[in-house]
Amino acid sequence: MAEFWTSYLWPLLVVIGQSLLLLVLLLITIAYILLADRKIWAAVQIRRGPNVVGPWGLLQSFADLLKFVFKEPMIPSGANKGVFLLAPLVSCVLALAAWAVIPVNAGWVIADINVGVLYILAVSSLSVYGIIMAGWSSNSKYPFLAALRSAAQMVSYEVSIGFVIICVLLCVGSLNLTAVVEAQNTKWGLLGWYWLPLFPVFVIFYVSALAETNRPPFDLVEAESELVAGFMVEYASTPYLLFMLGEYVAITTMCAMGAILFLGGWLPPVPYAPFTWVPGIIWFMLKGFFMFFLFAMAKAIVPRYRYDQLMRLGWKVFLPLSLVMVVLVAGVLQFAGLAPQ
Amino acid sequence: MRVTAAARSLLLTEFVSAFFLAMRYFFKAKPTINYPFEKNPISPRFRGEHALRRYPNGEERCIACKLCEAVCPAQAITIEAGPRRNDGTRRTVRYDIDMVKCIYCGLCQEACPVDAIVEGPNFEFATETREELYYDKAKLLANGDRWERELAKSIELDAPYR
Repeated sequence: MAEFWTSYLWPLLVVIGQSLLLLVLLLITIAYILLADRKIWAAVQIRRGPNVVGPWGLLQSFADLLKFVFKEPMIPSGANKGVFLLAPLVSCVLALAAWAVIPVNAGWVIADINVGVLYILAVSSLSVYGIIMAGWSSNSKYPFLAALRSAAQMVSYEVSIGFVIICVLLCVGSLNLTAVVEAQNTKWGLLGWYWLPLFPVFVIFYVSALAETNRPPFDLVEAESELVAGFMVEYASTPYLLFMLGEYVAITTMCAMGAILFLGGWLPPVPYAPFTWVPGIIWFMLKGFFMFFLFAMAKAIVPRYRYDQLMRLGWKVFLPLSLVMVVLVAGVLQFAGLAPQ
Repeated sequence: MRVTAAARSLLLTEFVSAFFLAMRYFFKAKPTINYPFEKNPISPRFRGEHALRRYPNGEERCIACKLCEAVCPAQAITIEAGPRRNDGTRRTVRYDIDMVKCIYCGLCQEACPVDAIVEGPNFEFATETREELYYDKAKLLANGDRWERELAKSIELDAPYR
């Protein structure tokens, strides 16, 4: 019994506690990231943004949450009820699951598995199922068309994001996200992180991440000015909230991935005295917020792409470019003898 | 030439310059009026909610001449005149304005020979039901009593231009 306790029950409790802590902190962060998104968007347009609920509108997201929860959930009579309700759960849970392998500080990770990058790719590819299920089970034209669009978009940018990650992995020599960060720990600090040595790849990653998370300027899926709300047309209340949450969790995941792969995760920008005193989690969050700020600014300043432009960019520009970068990086590493052994 | 164009698009030069332009706007002072707490100044000619005014001795100004009813392009005003009184003047027994029909053109106050019906500075009279917007004489007179200071002031300010 004692052995059962120490080898199974106690680790299980620890993992549950860690997951709950991460979930709660993540959801609070998302509440404020949502507010920041709206505030940044408003500020660029010289507006104030939400400022009524709480001081400076700080409680706006919680008011929205209550509003969504207390609304009546509607299920269209023609919809496939089970799949219709499962779809938002799938997209939200899968988006949250990706955070299990993301290290927020040295050793601060729930599952330190050695195929962390593969796991994230797998889980984020699966999240497209939530969208397809939603579009199909709504049994309505526009959600269906939007789901097809969304699936095509996410699949095509997944390819280039895969090559981008391969570039980084070639330099690191490991699929473990902690190892990815440790590999960027050089004496040059900021300049040793992969955004500079792999600069074009960082740009491709940023743009593909926008497309992957259906953010403007690639939000053809929702395109509120022409398509109402894409695959979410028939959703209301809590199921809609779950989609919204899943979308923002996916955005934070992408921001965290950007921070880990290209901006050195929890490493300080200058590896000397005053900067190394700051806890790594602070640096990690600052980098994540920086990535998110770039996301939010893209929403504020770039007009929406047309569908054919989106596909052209994905398949005819980014795919060949990232492929060339993979070959280039591999070649340089091999012939300069820099490849990790 | 195509190489420079490709390099530009790869380095997102347009995006970067747009980013800095957006940052300039980001820190600009916001022109937004924080509405329920701050309000824009309004002209003395502002045509808002209607009111029926009284003379300082409390007598109604309206003499039931029905010029406003005649001029109203939306036919929103309905008046019934009462019998002639001992001093030879008339007053209305009914003065209704359908605020839903009204187009706030201000012709009623232009037509009024005694400055009785006026459009005041109040624009916050939204109601929860349609019926509440069918104003009767009591409501209009109450408005007149409530807004008399502002109404008198704006008529005085606008008088030189009439």
